[in-house]
Amino acid sequence: MAFDSGLAVLVLGVAVWTIAARDTFAAVVGFVAYGLLLALAWVRLAAPDVALTEAAIGSGVTGGLLIGASTRLRRTETAAAGEEPGPTLRLAAAVLCVLVSAGLAAIVLMLPEPAPTLAPQAAANIAATGLGNPVTAVLMAYRAIDTLLETVVLLLALVGVWSLAPDRVWGGFPGPRHHADPDGVLTFIAQLLVPLGILVGIHIFWVGSVAPGGEFQGATILAAMWILAMMAGLVDAPPVSRRWLRLLLIAGPAVFFAIGLAGFAMAGAFLAYPVEYAKLLIVTIEIPVTLSIAATLALLVAGPPERAPHR
Amino acid sequence: MSEATLYGLCGAVLVGLGLFGLIVHPQPLRKILAFNLIGGGVFLLFGVVARRGAAAGFGGDPVPHALIITGIVVAFAATALAIALLLRLFQETGRATLGSDG
Repeated sequence: MAFDSGLAVLVLGVAVWTIAARDTFAAVVGFVAYGLLLALAWVRLAAPDVALTEAAIGSGVTGGLLIGASTRLRRTETAAAGEEPGPTLRLAAAVLCVLVSAGLAAIVLMLPEPAPTLAPQAAANIAATGLGNPVTAVLMAYRAIDTLLETVVLLLALVGVWSLAPDRVWGGFPGPRHHADPDGVLTFIAQLLVPLGILVGIHIFWVGSVAPGGEFQGATILAAMWILAMMAGLVDAPPVSRRWLRLLLIAGPAVFFAIGLAGFAMAGAFLAYPVEYAKLLIVTIEIPVTLSIAATLALLVAGPPERAPHR
Repeated sequence: MSEATLYGLCGAVLVGLGLFGLIVHPQPLRKILAFNLIGGGVFLLFGVVARRGAAAGFGGDPVPHALIITGIVVAFAATALAIALLLRLFQETGRATLGSDG
């Protein structure tokens, strides 16, 4: 309990820092720390799968994206200082936010007893999925349609990001070309970490069927390794018009959808799996989905095309 | 007070803090940051509901856990799109502000 109280105070502390810091870059660094501390809180709440996701995506990849944006927007910092709202608006906002927090706190204190739960149903049917991790069973079997739509949402976000490219660079290379010192620390770390990170990513994905982990966490680590290699200048981001890249991006949702449709023939419903092939089908979906998510996440961080394709 | 209640109250305060930042910060990037702070608080509140639903040998209800994972990924996708829009605005106008053209 003392640990939990201390952790909650730390989380609130870095949250206040993230809001109050004058410098945006400092606020972003606070946000990354906030994500990592929240991941600890998730472990304490017996949700290791969520903890992995929060650390990898909520803190890691989002942090990288925000750090990149804050360095690019640094010049606009001073101009924005003159637009700060007056004391009346700040006071009104503070009152509103205290009311919202108090309302939510009251709801937390008045949650029904005993708590409603679907855990017994999840446990009762897990044998039919062939999986050992209940969260993966929810993601890939019970609520597979949510996960299918989620992979589509990621693709739509990427289409949105790409569509922001100016016409002259359409189909070109995302983001600036990174050049790091070939003898520098970043290059060294990238060369050392990328092969290891790829192994860790594949491991986290593979154990997801029986232990904490899964396609989103594994894919994020794979994406992070690709981003690191791009940042260190070891590889360049591929032009967004490449056929193989487009196929890689849609492979996951396409296989997912195809097996979902085959569910009508095999088990009588969309995304239904026949019991004897359930695990095989789930893994068949998960492998391309992991690769597609990894590519999509990395390209979301890389941003819209900024350099024209070679003609 | 149980640990779940403690983290629930923490989540409630995080939502308020993030909302305050969303309203008072003029820079769009700070608003995006504050919005993600709210997201963390909302997920934590939902995580408390999951923790209270611990049963059948699981430490928490796996259904909310899966929904939170989905939520974190979708929040990232939305953040990436918002930042791309913001950087494009900066590229076009040299400014990154939501104020009207004075």
